[in-house]
Amino acid sequence: MRNIWVIAQKEYKHYFISPVAYVIAFAILLILGILFYASIMAMSAQMQQQTAPGIDIVLAPLTTLLLFTAPGITMRSLAEEQKGGTLELLLTAPVRDYEVVVGKWLGAMLFIITLLAITLFYPLVLNQIVRPGIDQGSMIAAYLGILLMSGAVLAIGVMMSSFFSNQIAAFFATLGALLVLWMISYPVQAMGNTGGDILRYLDMSEHYYATFMRGIVELKDVIYFVSVIVLTLFIGSVSVEARRWR
Amino acid sequence: MIRVVDLVKDYGSRRAIDTLSFNAEKGEVLGFLGPNGAGKTTTMRILSGFMPPTSGTVTIGGYDVVENSLEVRRIVGYLPETVPLYNEMTVFEYLKYMSDLRHLKNGKARVNETLEMVGLQDRANGYIGKLSKGMRQRVGLAQALLHQPEVLILDEPTIGLDPVQVVHFRELIRSIGKDRTVLLSTHILPEVQQVCDRVLIINKGKIVAEDAPQQLQSRLMGAQRVAVRVRGETGTLLTKIGNLPGVLNVTPGADDTFEFETHPAQDVRAEVARLIVNSGIDLLEFHPVSMSLEEIFLQLTRDEPADSDVLPVVEPAQG
Repeated sequence: MRNIWVIAQKEYKHYFISPVAYVIAFAILLILGILFYASIMAMSAQMQQQTAPGIDIVLAPLTTLLLFTAPGITMRSLAEEQKGGTLELLLTAPVRDYEVVVGKWLGAMLFIITLLAITLFYPLVLNQIVRPGIDQGSMIAAYLGILLMSGAVLAIGVMMSSFFSNQIAAFFATLGALLVLWMISYPVQAMGNTGGDILRYLDMSEHYYATFMRGIVELKDVIYFVSVIVLTLFIGSVSVEARRWR
Repeated sequence: MIRVVDLVKDYGSRRAIDTLSFNAEKGEVLGFLGPNGAGKTTTMRILSGFMPPTSGTVTIGGYDVVENSLEVRRIVGYLPETVPLYNEMTVFEYLKYMSDLRHLKNGKARVNETLEMVGLQDRANGYIGKLSKGMRQRVGLAQALLHQPEVLILDEPTIGLDPVQVVHFRELIRSIGKDRTVLLSTHILPEVQQVCDRVLIINKGKIVAEDAPQQLQSRLMGAQRVAVRVRGETGTLLTKIGNLPGVLNVTPGADDTFEFETHPAQDVRAEVARLIVNSGIDLLEFHPVSMSLEEIFLQLTRDEPADSDVLPVVEPAQG
């Protein structure tokens, strides 16, 4: 456990040295700011609106942004260690292979948590300008959902990074995997019931938009995301171990 | 401290290490000599716990490198061939990170001590990416020394160091080697002579010779060679030298230089010098030529049957 924390802290610090993280953070916060401003303006233009805008005006686009930027956050995590030869350092230090992988993931998680903490600014502002304020419960559910989804997305990214020593390859492999997971239930309408159910269960967006985003926390969705995290980090650890045999 | 028995490592169909066996004791500095691709780096990677062997066993300090990998890694300090550094970290941050991963108590003090040992205390806050090659090498060495390991494995540690640093480094290794085990690989023969208690020459994954460096060199040098520079008309001088008893052959070189080889048991240098001076020729230079590693290798690999009586050829254990 201690090794995981040491590695995670080093990773977290690294995000604030590398320009990639600043570019990602800047892009996300800028786009969110523009969308937030546009929504608020649209809202005040039509005062007769029946329902006050919920926090989803920020969190729905945030989800999409995270999907496209997360591969950039995790792409270097293990790929760079392999390319620079520093993986040899970690694998000959008294550290278990899975501790390296989990540490990398936790470092990326801490960075995303920092980013999400900054976006809390929008719900706070929204809470001030709509009456009678936003639904606190659904906001917490939505943020919990984003956190779990980020965890899964970053775990997939770290796993992909363990397969490659090239960061670009890791980036596109992660992006591809995420888009597949995000859209895998699209052909469900054309399929039979059993196959459709399986695809729908695998689909990440089904566990997110339908529940967390509407303020519902269901155990099956939590289990889904936790399983994705555990499974992909396990595969990542096996992949790092397999590197020793080459 | 280190026991290697019948070690084999295959990369696909290529055999990188072929039934290698050797031991290293506490307080010994063992040199690993060999051409590129001889299997030095592979052996060291297996010893450091980075990769498992195809077959054979390695135990370090009583721990098996495969079964008790973590225990082995705790007592081993390892400097890989490509120095593993994070360019965006400062020297201090990097070493502190490594000391945290090794759970060292009072890590900061240990980092400072080690920095002083490798002479980098004034660069502690400099970024690793800005350091010169020799300094990077020293940071890598500091990383290997950080936890005061019982076994130190260094893969070509002196590459990129300046001459002053090389001398300093050799002293450092000698002092560490007094109460610990050091295994180092190198291409440089003088380094082996100055630092190592024992040397293993490895070629194509097998040990071809094993001895103390002085013995090895004197045994390998079947003849003693002397280079000479003269001024004046040499004329029949070379033939005269060649006819002296004990002189094996004379090879003329460029610009009034030549070399002659003598039988190692007979020292005829004085006679040769007298002959040159008595012939009315000025003697400008007269020095023995020591054999380079490359020449030793050529000799080791060229005619093995003829050399087998003078060379300490180690028979690989049957496995």
